[in-house]
Parts: sequence; structure tokens; C-alpha cells
Amino acid sequence: MKLILAVIKPHKLEEVREALGDISVQGLTVSEARGYGRQKGHTEIYRGAEYETNLVPKIRVEIVVEDGFAERVVEAIQHSARTGSIGDGKIFVLDVEQAVRIRTGEQNDDAL
Amino acid sequence: MKLVSNLCRGAAGVTLAAFAAMPAWAQAAATAAPTVNKGDTAWMMTSTVLVLMMIVPGLALFYGGLVRSKNMLSVMTQVGAVCALAMLIWVGWGYSMAFGDGGNAVIASFSKVFLKGVSSSTTAATFTTGVAIPEYVFVCFQMTFAAITVALVLGSVVERMKFSAVMIFAAIWLTIVYFPIAHMVWGSNGYFLTKGALDFAGGTVVHINSGVSALVACLILGKRIGYPHEPMPPHSLTMTGIGTGLLWVGWFGFNAGSALEANGSAALAMMNTFVGTAAGGLVWMLVEKLMGHKASALGFCSGLVVGLVAVTPAAGNSGPLGAIGLCSVAAVVCYFAVTKLKPALGYDDALDTFGVHGVGGMVGAIGTGIVYSAALGGPAGDSWPGIGKQLIVQLETVGTTIVWAAVGTTIAIYVAKALTGLRVSRETEFEGLDIGEHGERAYNY
Repeated sequence: MKLILAVIKPHKLEEVREALGDISVQGLTVSEARGYGRQKGHTEIYRGAEYETNLVPKIRVEIVVEDGFAERVVEAIQHSARTGSIGDGKIFVLDVEQAVRIRTGEQNDDAL
Repeated sequence: MKLVSNLCRGAAGVTLAAFAAMPAWAQAAATAAPTVNKGDTAWMMTSTVLVLMMIVPGLALFYGGLVRSKNMLSVMTQVGAVCALAMLIWVGWGYSMAFGDGGNAVIASFSKVFLKGVSSSTTAATFTTGVAIPEYVFVCFQMTFAAITVALVLGSVVERMKFSAVMIFAAIWLTIVYFPIAHMVWGSNGYFLTKGALDFAGGTVVHINSGVSALVACLILGKRIGYPHEPMPPHSLTMTGIGTGLLWVGWFGFNAGSALEANGSAALAMMNTFVGTAAGGLVWMLVEKLMGHKASALGFCSGLVVGLVAVTPAAGNSGPLGAIGLCSVAAVVCYFAVTKLKPALGYDDALDTFGVHGVGGMVGAIGTGIVYSAALGGPAGDSWPGIGKQLIVQLETVGTTIVWAAVGTTIAIYVAKALTGLRVSRETEFEGLDIGEHGERAYNY
């Protein structure tokens, strides 16, 4: 099993979700996150007080799939989340040791 | 409200007694006694609660949105609590000190302490001879002015002052700063009024007074830990925006209510409270743009409040074009006071009470001496001595208020310091005053 962890631009979430739906991904977890990469944040000004905001809002998407399926998922995210400008985000793929469905106790691929 | 106060006490009681003794004389007296106008009374009751709405929730949200989320409740609680305290002190001795019988140019007397002698049949004069409103309505209307002014002062000291210190400061400050200045500006024998100062709805009493007091208070209290190096962005400009809207709507009670009647003077004040404020909001954003920044939401809100502040003394003392000009100038001056003067001098007036209310109040008070002129569309009559002489009176009023507020605030803050320690502990300041001072959190997700 693989964990696909993608950090994307918040306004791209809907497109990514649709693209994953199209290739029949069964489930995913989304959280609001903040971070920075090459996109170095922005400046905010409140009544003349300037603040450099290094951390910009992002969406973190997590999906666990069978080994053979991971490549298609990565491809779908990369296509749907891309705008071509800096700050589009990154995708990481990690090995997953075990999965358990809490309701039934099913293990690993059966639990996905 | 430049000319209040000829309060006709006990009119009904007196005339009834007189009726029994000598009917003919009593009847003549009854026709001369001021009559309560129901339309004016209805408008003044409405105005009074509109001013309350400016404080809770208006000012509470306006200020609350500007602090960090860990201090939201402390700001709302402080604003609400000093507002409530001011109401009790007002009926205790405030009304008497400001509007009691007799006294001198600085304070009235203590003849109406705990509203002694005030009843549902006593009346307060309006600006029209023979027309009155119930005295209770006048007491309540003026009560809300005291309440909002003391709440405004707190804007500079938020996020670090103890709740107990806030309450003690408020009680002393109202007594030695607010009541005397209110008397000087509005009492029939008040120092500024007899000099001929123009202050329609309290630019001096409310705004210069609160702004200067806020500056002095924050200088004595000291900066917030981390200021100005650490980012302290407003936690919710949405709430600040809602608060701004409530302030604007409520301000019609404040300004148009200061006519004390539902008449043309109130209508003029209403007009100016629309257009002067609108000009302030737009001009602030324009200055932001000209300074190379983006036109911001907070800038718009700040400009609107500056417009409201500047139009306060001018509301019934200026034509609409004069108000637009005055508020535009005030927005430019306040923009630089807030964004340049404050950082240059390094004081931590956290929510810019001095920059907005103090500076805006001064521009408004001085400018009122100019826009009053009939040549600029103002309501000045032929007997008016002219811009030059009026400006001297206005400047003297502003100067006296600044000195009085500064000295009184220094005393009030040091008494609060001696009794409470004034400032929260370092831990509480880091953790936030919501948990540290009130044991609650504004947002539980």
C-alpha cells in the first residue's frame, strides 16, 4: 500500500477531487495547512504595520491505495492541481505498513 | 448640543401647588412652562438606544476584531463592563456634576446626586424656547455619551491591562476627566460654552478627550510584549467591519440626537453624518493607493470612523459640502498619524484610539470653526464673529481639553496602578487575557 500525500493550492481542491473521482479513488482525507516552498508568502499591511507572511494557506490531501494504483493517482493529482505558476505544491508517495478498517477489523488492501 | 441645560425642574408639581393657592397666576405660569413635545421625545429615546448600540455590540466588535483571537473576550468584556459602570456612576454623581444646578464653569453641583429631584414630570430644555423633553430622557441620552467615551479610551491599552485596573481607572477617569469636560462644553454656565465654542455632538468631550487619554494611558502602561517586532495582525476584520457598520448607524443617534429635537438641525446633522463619513472612508483608501499600497478593508473602516469622529463637532454646524471637505482632510491627517507618526514615536496605541479619535477629533474641532461659515455653506448667522475669532476659541478649547485629559488620566492610571498593579503577568499576556483574566476562550473549535 502507498500513502499519497499532496500539498496543493486551496482553490484546486475541487478539481483534484473530481479527477480522483474519475479514476474511482474510494476515499481521501483533506486538511487545511500552511507552509512554504519556493513561493515565499506575501506581505500584509494593517494600518501601516507591515507583516511578511511566510506561511501561505494550502490544502493537504492524503490518500492510501494499493501499490499498483499509486502511479495513476499521482498522475491525476498532478494534472488537476497544476496551474503552471509557482506555489502549485508537491506530491509525496510513502510506503504504508498496515491498514485496518475500524468497523470490521479488515486488514490492509481489504481495508482500503 | 451647544446649549442645553436650562433644566426646568418640578414644573408640574410647582404649578399644581400654585393652582390651589391662586388660580389666575398659576394659569399664566402654566402657559409659560415648557411643554414636552412627544415627537422630540420619541426621537430622543430612539437616539439614546442608538448610541448604546454603538457601544454594545458596535465598539466591542470593532475593537474586538482588531486584537489577536486570544484577547477577543477581554476586549468585549472590558468595553461592556466600563459601559455598565459608567451608567451607574452617571446616575450616582455624573449627571449632577455635569448638568446639576448652579456650580461653576468647571463642574455643576452635587444637587442631583443619585438623581435627586429628577422625576417623570421634570423636563430638560431643548434649543427651542418653550419646548422640552422629559428629564429622564436627557439623563439617559447623556449617560450613553459618558459610557462610550470611557469605552473608547480602552482601545490603546488592550491586550495587557488588568480587568480590575480597567474598572478602577474608568471610575476615576469619568469623575475627574469626563464629567468636568462635559460640563465645560455643554453646561449652561460651562467654560467652553460661555466662550462660544462650537461642538455640536461632542468632538471635544468624546473624541479629543478619549484620544488624548488613550495616548497618555498607553504611555504609562507600556508596550505589549513583542511590539513592534512581532506580528500582531487583527484576528477578524469581518467583525471589525460589522462593528464599523453598527457604529455608523448608531452615530445618527449620537449626532442627529444632539439636536435634542426632531427638526431641521437634526436633519442637517443626519445629512452630514452620511456624507462626511462616506468621504472619510473613500479618502483613506485613496491615500493608501497614492502611497503605493492596496485600498484595504481596514483602511476603509478606519476612514469611516475618522469621518464620524471629525463630523461630530460639525454635524449641525456645517453644510454638507463643508462636512465632506472636513472629513476628507481628517482622513488624510489621521492616515499619517496612524501609519507614520505612531511608528516614528514608537508608542503602542494598540487600536489607534489617539490616531483616529484624538487626531481626528482635533481636526474636526478646529475645522468646525471654519466650515461653520455661511460662505462655506455653514449655518452661521450675521452676528457670528467670523472664522478668525472662532478658530481662537476652538483652539483654546482643544488645548484646554488636551491638558485636562492628560493630567486627569495620569492621576487615574497611577491610582489604578497602586491598587491593582495595572498590568497582567507576563504569562497571562502570552497566554491571552481571555483565559488569564476571564477563564474563557472566544473560539472553541
